[in-house]
Amino acid sequence: MTNFLQQLINGIVLGSNYALIALGYTMVYGVLRLINFAHGDVYMFGAFMGYYLARFGTAQSEGSLIHAILIMIAAMILSACLGMLIERFAYRPGRSGSKFTMAFWLGILGAVIGHFIRPALSGLVAGAITGIVIGAVVERFAIRSVRRASRLAFLILAIGVSFLLENGGQLVFGADPKFFPQIIPAMQMNVGDLSINNQQIAVLVVAIILMVLLNTVVNYTRTGRAMRAVSFNLDAARLMGVNTDRIIAITFAIGSSLAAAGGILISLNYPKIDPLMGIMPGLKAFVAAVLGGIGNIPGAMLGGFIIGIAEVMTVGYLQSTYRDAIAFSILILILILKPAGIMGKGLVEKV
Amino acid sequence: MKKWLLCLAAVAILVILQLTGIDLLLLSGPIRSGPYIHQIVILVGINIILAVSLNLINGFTGQFSIGHAGFFAVGAYTSAFVISVLEKSVRAVLVFLPEFGQNAVLLLIGLSAGAILAGIAGLAVGIPSLRLRGDYLAIVTLGFGEIIRVLILNINAIGGSRGFTGIPHLSNFFWVYLFVLVTVVVVHNLVYSSYGRAFISIRDDEIAAEAMGVDTTRFKVTSFVVSSMFAGVAGGLFGHFTMYLHPNTFTFIKSFELIIMIVIGGLGSIEGAILGAILITVILEVFREFGPYRLVIFSITMILIMLYRPQGILGSKALFRRKQKVLTTR
Repeated sequence: MTNFLQQLINGIVLGSNYALIALGYTMVYGVLRLINFAHGDVYMFGAFMGYYLARFGTAQSEGSLIHAILIMIAAMILSACLGMLIERFAYRPGRSGSKFTMAFWLGILGAVIGHFIRPALSGLVAGAITGIVIGAVVERFAIRSVRRASRLAFLILAIGVSFLLENGGQLVFGADPKFFPQIIPAMQMNVGDLSINNQQIAVLVVAIILMVLLNTVVNYTRTGRAMRAVSFNLDAARLMGVNTDRIIAITFAIGSSLAAAGGILISLNYPKIDPLMGIMPGLKAFVAAVLGGIGNIPGAMLGGFIIGIAEVMTVGYLQSTYRDAIAFSILILILILKPAGIMGKGLVEKV
Repeated sequence: MKKWLLCLAAVAILVILQLTGIDLLLLSGPIRSGPYIHQIVILVGINIILAVSLNLINGFTGQFSIGHAGFFAVGAYTSAFVISVLEKSVRAVLVFLPEFGQNAVLLLIGLSAGAILAGIAGLAVGIPSLRLRGDYLAIVTLGFGEIIRVLILNINAIGGSRGFTGIPHLSNFFWVYLFVLVTVVVVHNLVYSSYGRAFISIRDDEIAAEAMGVDTTRFKVTSFVVSSMFAGVAGGLFGHFTMYLHPNTFTFIKSFELIIMIVIGGLGSIEGAILGAILITVILEVFREFGPYRLVIFSITMILIMLYRPQGILGSKALFRRKQKVLTTR
């Protein structure tokens, strides 16, 4: 029994992480009907930002709570910027067309090639400038991006962005794993026979605070109302005067910052971070979002907790090698029984 | 009649190429990378089979499958396992045949076993597809693929996480491209027959198709089963070429790679799938000299293609085919 309760605690802690990532998936899906495969990599990015901030900012106050909170907020803001950047240059052009897209991508491409030819800052900058100029000229005089891309094209775009973040991460951060510093000193506590450390408590508390905050934003603010309107019907929301592009950007920002929070929180307990760390948690979080009913915020939280607990129980009672399969097995079972997810509403297709 | 002659001619060319030793030609080529190029040529063939078969589900039937690597894995492991069990006894029975004859029989046994089991797996995935659509189906297929991989990791008899070693080398240039031909001919004839219009009608409008009397259930499951059988064949050919299998080859990244091939080539076009398979396989190899920069450049290229030409290089156009004759009512 003690063992079971212990596993349950571990499961809830892991689950709250999945829930945080799943929220971003479900919000983006809600407004754009897009599986944002890059989301798991934003989570990785958040963890790395936390790592660098903690490494290079620990001069004064070592391991204080305020310090940890500041690191987390800064990493969340940086990841929110990344999320908005992805939205602006990868997804918006295919949706409503936008300027400087080609310049942006060719700029990155130029920077990479420039750095390959001459591995120094000068190569990087020269390449980037060449790329931006070529891109701007081509875009101005030759081709514009397609305005109405198909869903599958969007999916490939998302996969492309995800590949870019993973491989770019390996290039920029280095492929070898890094160890996340202990921004909160660990303290073991015993409640009866159960042991829990303050990092686990921190994970749980922060996750709950963020979820409550998100719930407030979505349900009780103007922006939240606009978000709900966009997820209900994008075109109608636009006709009613909602600035849909802005709302979608905000959705990406919020989702990405939650993912970054998840990335830092999980690094407290599992401090090994590497550029590919986002793939599996991202996928499982997506499963959690679908499980709860994609586009549904409480559903994503519920799904996250279910997946987290199930995974820990599998490791504890069955075999740890099956941990990656359990999430998918639950998903398939539930979708066969209830195709719209646990809390999702079944959509009737109109003829 | 003409088509059959064409196919026969193609097979004859393959036999000649194999016998006159295109392999040898490549091996003794001016560059010492002969075997390397040979390997890429084989890999291209296997990827063509995979892409063309995946295109049947995604491009022609309009179902969203991102778990093709799972069927590929089932085929590869089944074929390798069956052969490793049966090899001695089959060779004992067939002593009267020359070596290459025995190899051919063995390979065909392995491939059929792989195709059948992969087909069964396809059936298992196809059945939930009756209730799910769009992104839900996508994630379920992805999940099936991952479950298959985890199961393989946990089965000790086929190597588990150590990988499956000691698979006999049975497939070669001839067999791979023979099955490329078979796949293309079967998928082409399936899709461009009046029977196969049902697949396209489901893609274009499922409700209208059903109203017109198309048994959408049956056609969806058919496309899954046929497609996964070919993926199984590709798996068998792959395993008997590389002689080593590891579950990490069959992650969802492989499925994504296949999706990228068919989308970049042009969804719903057999020529597009072939072109995509060749392009992606070759480009990924050519970029190797860029080292760690390779996949970054590749992913940016992919993003640019999707932003500026989301219908793929060929779109849904079909090259080399005259305009469809108007179907006359019978």
